[in-house]
Amino acid sequence: MTEQVRLTVNGVPRDVEVEPRRLLVQTLREDLGLTGTHVGCDTSQCGACTVHLDGRAVKSCTVLAIQADGHVVTTIEGMAPDGGLHAIQAAFWAKHGLQCGFCTPGMIMSAADLLESNPDPTDDEIRHAIEGNICRCTGYHNIVAAIREAASTLRAGTDVPAAANA
Amino acid sequence: MTTDVLGSPVKRVEDPRFITGKGRYLDDIQMTGMTYMAILRSPYANANIRSIDTSAAKAMPGVILVLTGADVPYNPLPMAWPAGGSSGVQNNINMPRALATDDVKWTGEGVAAVIAETPEQAADAVEVVHVDWEPLPAVVDTEGATQPGAPQLHENAPNNVVFVWTVGDKAGTDAAVDAAEVVVRQRIVNQRLIPNPMEVRGDIGLYNPGTDEYTVWMSSQTPHIQRLLLTAFVTGIPEHKVRCISPDVGGAFGTKIFCYADMALVMLASKLIGGRPVKWVETRRENYQSTTHGRDHVTYLEIAGKRDGEVTGLRVKTYANLGGRLSTIGPGVPTTLYARVLAGCYKIPNVYCEVTGVYTNTTFVDAYRGAGRPEATYVIERAMDLFAAEIGMDRAAVRRKNFIAPDAFPYDNPSGLGTAVNGEKIYIDSGNYEPALNKALMTVGYDDLDKAKAEARTRGKHLGLGLSTYIEVCGVAPSKWIGAVGEGWGAAMWESANLKVHLTGKVILTMGTQPQGQGHETTYSQIIASELGLAMDDIIVQHSDTLGTPFGYGSYGSRTSSVGSTAAIKAAGKVREKARRYAAHMLEASVDDIEVVGAEYRVKGSPEKKKTLQEIAFALDLGFSLPEGMEPYLDETAYHDTPNCTWPFGTHIAVVEVDEDTGKVDLVRYVAVDDVGNKINPMIVDGQLHGGIAQGVGQALWEEAIYGDDGQLLSGSMLDYALPRASWMPNLELDETVTPSPVNPIGVKGVGEAGTIASTAAVANAVIDALKPFGVRHLDMPFTAPKVWRAMQSQEVRS
Ligand code: FES
Ligand code: FES
Repeated sequence: MTEQVRLTVNGVPRDVEVEPRRLLVQTLREDLGLTGTHVGCDTSQCGACTVHLDGRAVKSCTVLAIQADGHVVTTIEGMAPDGGLHAIQAAFWAKHGLQCGFCTPGMIMSAADLLESNPDPTDDEIRHAIEGNICRCTGYHNIVAAIREAASTLRAGTDVPAAANA
Repeated sequence: MTTDVLGSPVKRVEDPRFITGKGRYLDDIQMTGMTYMAILRSPYANANIRSIDTSAAKAMPGVILVLTGADVPYNPLPMAWPAGGSSGVQNNINMPRALATDDVKWTGEGVAAVIAETPEQAADAVEVVHVDWEPLPAVVDTEGATQPGAPQLHENAPNNVVFVWTVGDKAGTDAAVDAAEVVVRQRIVNQRLIPNPMEVRGDIGLYNPGTDEYTVWMSSQTPHIQRLLLTAFVTGIPEHKVRCISPDVGGAFGTKIFCYADMALVMLASKLIGGRPVKWVETRRENYQSTTHGRDHVTYLEIAGKRDGEVTGLRVKTYANLGGRLSTIGPGVPTTLYARVLAGCYKIPNVYCEVTGVYTNTTFVDAYRGAGRPEATYVIERAMDLFAAEIGMDRAAVRRKNFIAPDAFPYDNPSGLGTAVNGEKIYIDSGNYEPALNKALMTVGYDDLDKAKAEARTRGKHLGLGLSTYIEVCGVAPSKWIGAVGEGWGAAMWESANLKVHLTGKVILTMGTQPQGQGHETTYSQIIASELGLAMDDIIVQHSDTLGTPFGYGSYGSRTSSVGSTAAIKAAGKVREKARRYAAHMLEASVDDIEVVGAEYRVKGSPEKKKTLQEIAFALDLGFSLPEGMEPYLDETAYHDTPNCTWPFGTHIAVVEVDEDTGKVDLVRYVAVDDVGNKINPMIVDGQLHGGIAQGVGQALWEEAIYGDDGQLLSGSMLDYALPRASWMPNLELDETVTPSPVNPIGVKGVGEAGTIASTAAVANAVIDALKPFGVRHLDMPFTAPKVWRAMQSQEVRS
């Protein structure tokens, strides 16, 4: 038994047929081929699967695809303007905020949610905001530095042109 | 365009794909006709299998194939590193099978496998495989398993003993301990850890019925080794018929070095179902039960010395839990990788260590970041603190007094490979320990420690400071270590590189090493750019695929930057030399008259007569005009066997605050001064240290794999196993001293493990320092609030 679900993913309407037990993360990865969103656990602990649902960060392993019916989903693939990078992506790169990269999409999505509501967070606020995202590689030091830098870039309102990322 | 990139913090070339969601990890690979495997795992820690009935599973929707041990004509998974190797130590070896046939030895051991059209169908079908179990009493306690009356796991291992391995001079050490003015004794536990790379393991097997060849994608640190082990030892398939590929690997920390049952199962299953691809990706719970664990030692340490602070002897007895059966290099970790650096950076004349490897009904234990060396550092650094406390001497002063002096290198460490039976000696080649200690003490404000403690008391906190002055042996390893001593992989440990300058001047470096987040594509590009005078953009680094890369031993043991880089530099040297000879031909000069400046090959004294590397490659790759005896193409391969390991060192200092009401421990400062030699990319080096430190801190404060007495893994999910979170960690204060390693041309040492090796002991010593007012001399990790609170109740505050 399957159900028809309509999502708007990274700005594009997508119709998918899913089993009721199908998780949003499975639909994104397997039905829509958006494999930038990762699965790191089976207990909603790691945050590797974080995406935006109607603009707020959610763990997509904890949302059923049918619950997202009619809603707007943004994944890591939808963060960057064409050919460029979002300020948070650029800052993760510049500050070495990633190593294996597996946690990175989820981290970036959580950071984006934080900076939306708190454009000038303290280090403590950053650390608390990404508490639901586990990184085993970086010790978080450079992730915090990256989010701090992204916040200041975003506050300054400067776009990050593609050429500056080379 | 800049070619002067060696030693610069250039941004990583692999990052654009990762920050945009375009990384390609194992589970991201989709193929037409993909099938999915699920594995039935034992619910019992110790049980016999009377029978297995797969008929219901076979009838489930979407099921294509069900396998049990009887269907898998495989040899056991190889155990490649016995304790002491050929030096005569008896190893009572029991290896896992691809699927258990007669019995299981831990909860999570694989018993049956289902291949189905979807992952959900495979998971559903596994549920209805019926096993008739005969449960048996289990034993999980490391020391207890060796005691009389404990359940016996294996007939060939009385008292569950895998081996008893010793190193050092027993008589001399006994005499030193007997004669000493002061002897301090302590039992310490280095608890079991679950490594937890954020990407779990997985494989895809694909059989080609047309060619009778197999391709296996695997989330692995060692694709070449896996091809060797899976063919020569497990399946008997000829080695040249198998290709192994590691895609992007989402962290590994040792767990992805090893040979696992699932790798063989996906190969076999793909053949049995006519060549459809078979994908298996473990769940996190499965990862906790059936991918290797780390550490798990119980140690009795005795440190002997004089009241003036001189340490004269170290005698250590360790029980090392290796799980229910042995993983690929399980016995090597608590023996040679552990006890050979047990004396740390200290000149201790008498060292003796006995290690008993133990079977218990738990998941197999193998190398986890640092592998043996964090355990050794924990022993010696706790011992130094215990000794200092006993004689009433300052902890830093005791360390300083016993450091191996800077002019004592090469140093023949008494438990090191210098003492190996019939072995060729391997010395600690370099070091200068005091400057790192002094720098760290200065940074942390050691002289004001009492003031800081008093200030913390006004806030209801007990402040503690802990030192860890460590060395590590990395850059593994000279093949003579393995060949002559019989310790190490049942194979050598050199590394390989192939460098091609193609017709258009673009360069491809292919390596036998295998990254898992370390940024090899960047650091190797930096090296080749600087060796050949090229822009990094003109270089691509390839790895991870046994088709097209030279055989290599993979990445672990902080070996890539020392051993791998040297292979790459040698290949670049060969390319340069051939280019120089060809430039002489092109310029009609003698080879001796050609000088190389960056990418230009010039005639000495007439710099206008020159060819660029690109011009040389173009002509040489075409080969229209070749000097006598020269082959076309600029394509060189180099293999490098390192003459020695590398010996990083440093001082780490942790500052913690313990809440007086709750016992909660906060890590408030962390200062690390590391000497990892020269750096290829200091930004990447710092990142490795950050991550390593966090893992070591995790062990000290939060992480612990816990089994119930019945062998059930109680810390069986990420909900129950406390991994470091961002809000639990402080910013880290890093500094350096630089003592270049003499064993490779760029003087690097490797840094993947240093942070983890040093940090656990630093944090533990800090917590125990904080608890000094309560008369606490030692407490076992992890220092959770309830444990610390209880320790604080045991005695009233004295000061
Ligand atoms: S996959 Fe771990 S929280 Fe969603
Ligand atoms: S970068 Fe590897 S888990 Fe965060």
